[in-house]
Amino acid sequence: MTTQEARTHAINMSSVLNTRMTRNEPEEISIKIESLRLSYGQKEALHGIDMEIPKRKVTAYIGPSGCGKSTLLRCINRMNDLVDSVKIEGKILLDNENIYDKSVNVADLRRRVGMVFQKPNPFPKSIFENVAYGLRIQGINDKRILQETVENALRGAALWDEMKDRLHDNALGMSGGQQQRLVIARAIAIEPEVLLLDEPASALDPISTLKIEELINELKEKYTIVIVTHNMQQAARVSDYTAFMYMGDLIEMGPTSELFTNPRKKQTEDYITGRYG
Amino acid sequence: MLCAALAIFWPAKVAQFSYREQGTEAKTIIGELVDVTETSAAMAKAAGHEMAAGEDSLVQYLVKVGNRDVTGVDFRWIEQRHVVSETYPETMLAIERREWGNFYGQLTAVKQNGNVIASGEQAWPVAEEKLEQALAIFDQIAYLEKKQIGGINYELERLRLKQKKLQLNNEWNASSEQAFNTEKTELEARYQHIQSEVNDLYVKIREYSLSVKIDAGSEVDIPLAKVVRIYRPNGMNVFAKLGHYGEKLAEFLVDDPREANTEGGIFPAIFGTVMMVIMMAIIVTPFGVIAAIYLREYAKQGFITRVIRIAVNNLAGVPSIVYGVFGLGFFVYILGGNIDKLFFPESLPAPVYGTPGLLWASITLALLTLPVVIVSTEEGLSRIPKSIREGSLALGATKFETLWLTVLPMASPAIMTGLILAVARAAGEVAPLMLVGVVKLAPTLPLDGNFPFLHLDRKFMHLGFHIYDVGFQSPNVEAARPLVYATSLLLVLVILGLNLAAILIRNHLREKYRALEN
Repeated sequence: MTTQEARTHAINMSSVLNTRMTRNEPEEISIKIESLRLSYGQKEALHGIDMEIPKRKVTAYIGPSGCGKSTLLRCINRMNDLVDSVKIEGKILLDNENIYDKSVNVADLRRRVGMVFQKPNPFPKSIFENVAYGLRIQGINDKRILQETVENALRGAALWDEMKDRLHDNALGMSGGQQQRLVIARAIAIEPEVLLLDEPASALDPISTLKIEELINELKEKYTIVIVTHNMQQAARVSDYTAFMYMGDLIEMGPTSELFTNPRKKQTEDYITGRYG
Repeated sequence: MLCAALAIFWPAKVAQFSYREQGTEAKTIIGELVDVTETSAAMAKAAGHEMAAGEDSLVQYLVKVGNRDVTGVDFRWIEQRHVVSETYPETMLAIERREWGNFYGQLTAVKQNGNVIASGEQAWPVAEEKLEQALAIFDQIAYLEKKQIGGINYELERLRLKQKKLQLNNEWNASSEQAFNTEKTELEARYQHIQSEVNDLYVKIREYSLSVKIDAGSEVDIPLAKVVRIYRPNGMNVFAKLGHYGEKLAEFLVDDPREANTEGGIFPAIFGTVMMVIMMAIIVTPFGVIAAIYLREYAKQGFITRVIRIAVNNLAGVPSIVYGVFGLGFFVYILGGNIDKLFFPESLPAPVYGTPGLLWASITLALLTLPVVIVSTEEGLSRIPKSIREGSLALGATKFETLWLTVLPMASPAIMTGLILAVARAAGEVAPLMLVGVVKLAPTLPLDGNFPFLHLDRKFMHLGFHIYDVGFQSPNVEAARPLVYATSLLLVLVILGLNLAAILIRNHLREKYRALEN
């Protein structure tokens, strides 16, 4: 491709994008990230990220290992605060409110922005108590409310039918896939606005992975979902929008179908066609 | 040790030796054969024994002759060559007494107020029957004196302190004086009543006495009030001996000591040891866990935490007697003294907390075992996977909620491990305790029926110190030696029991959180 060709290609792409954007209803924005910089000690890991994450859609972060996609995800519920040497600049607006503002209560924020981690991490308690954990912290101890919420959450995570007779068994006795769905149930039990999934299926077998992906599809009707994955097929299957990151920069973000069929940047194309990463 | 400890309650046979030294008349010596030694002729000669030409060794018997009030000694060496005969008469009587040790002899009569009521062969069943009655009366007296009169004395003391407190606060007036007087007269009336009852019982228990013939042929009267147990060991079969064994063992475990701790039971010492260890565990756990949580979870890792860790580890290496000195100087005199000044001015100059006691002993040992608990708790905390903490935090839990609801329960097996090590160390410690609360003989247990039931200011007895005391400080070391073995065995068993309990709890907790280890 010559420079000229590339330019026309880009113009064509942007016009296609523009027409799409104007044709559809403009998306409602849930999270807005503004020039976010993050460094661990001396080393800068994110070099100024700007991004808008639409409401009740699935947004996928892809990119090679170490590109900062997990770090970015963990900024959204301030999980990075736990790292001692971390320094964060810039803003993340959740419903137009900067979550890095001094007045923000981190525990409250995390109640609004739930997170599921790479490896299932159920607590060594019963299945019921795992799901009820978030509620109990909020001081909800009414048995009826707890029962109801746990059931709804487990149904939401497609776990109720399997587990309804084993609610008081230890959660550690479940399979890996079940554990991961339990963790999702635990997260949606407190009804967050946003659900962050950090490679939720990377430790699971294909069938469990499929179940999780189906689950994500159902959950997006109620929650804004951001998912980190290094499995591009998975990103293509589950997400509405995809962001490609590389070396701490956001290279490109767009509707998933377009990003995979017609990437605007050469780095994106190289990555999704498997030339590196 | 096990053999020596288990053998002491077995009734030993009582031998009757006919003994004639050169140039003297034959004597009768009665007693338990304890030991036999053989010395070569040359050695015996050097030790001052006269040896005949043909003899190449000297065999000596160590005999426990008892009857200390008559003979003046408990043990006696005799030479085998002078023994004319050695017999084990079935009617030989062994008497355990409340003072002066055992008594051996032949029962001749039972007397009531000095008059013979049974003699010869009839004396034995009568003696057994009368002893049973006497023991029942003795128990009654003990109950009345210890529980009833003890309770009244406790009340009177409280009343006196109340009076003094009111006087100190200038609130002493006619009405309170009247209330005080009525209460006091009531208590004193009750005291008089019980005291007269006790006096009657004393008269009753002193009625009977045993007349016993000893070696020299003379007879000795032993009042039944002073007798604990009579038995005829030579006439006992195996089952009777087993029964006697069980009885003695039970007495050892549940009774108070007698005769400067060398006889009777060691219950107060067992109780004191267990009580102190439990108190220590209650004190050390929160402090150790909080310190570990602070160091591991809250403190910024750096120079200061490193210094603290080094200090904690050094604390584990300080000799325990130093803790005792520190406990005495700081806890007892400074803390206790100030507590007395602030809260118990009415009982001054007699100290309440300003003197060694259970509380200070427990705190001193808690300090001694603190490093163990801190180190193992820290280790436990560091082994909790990060993902579990993140899981909890991601659900909107604060750091404290995460710690309290997830991390600490999961670290509980490690905390228990620390506690097990602490208990093992604390239960065996003696040196610091001698300075901060253990005594040779405590008149009352730290737990009783008088309000507020748990008396942390009281001194207590301890198995470890008991061993030292009985073995090396008692007037009759030779007689007490088997008891030292038995007490040591019991101390080991108590520590084992405490540890076992803790290990069971830990294993239960570990089972609960086992899946996490993978």
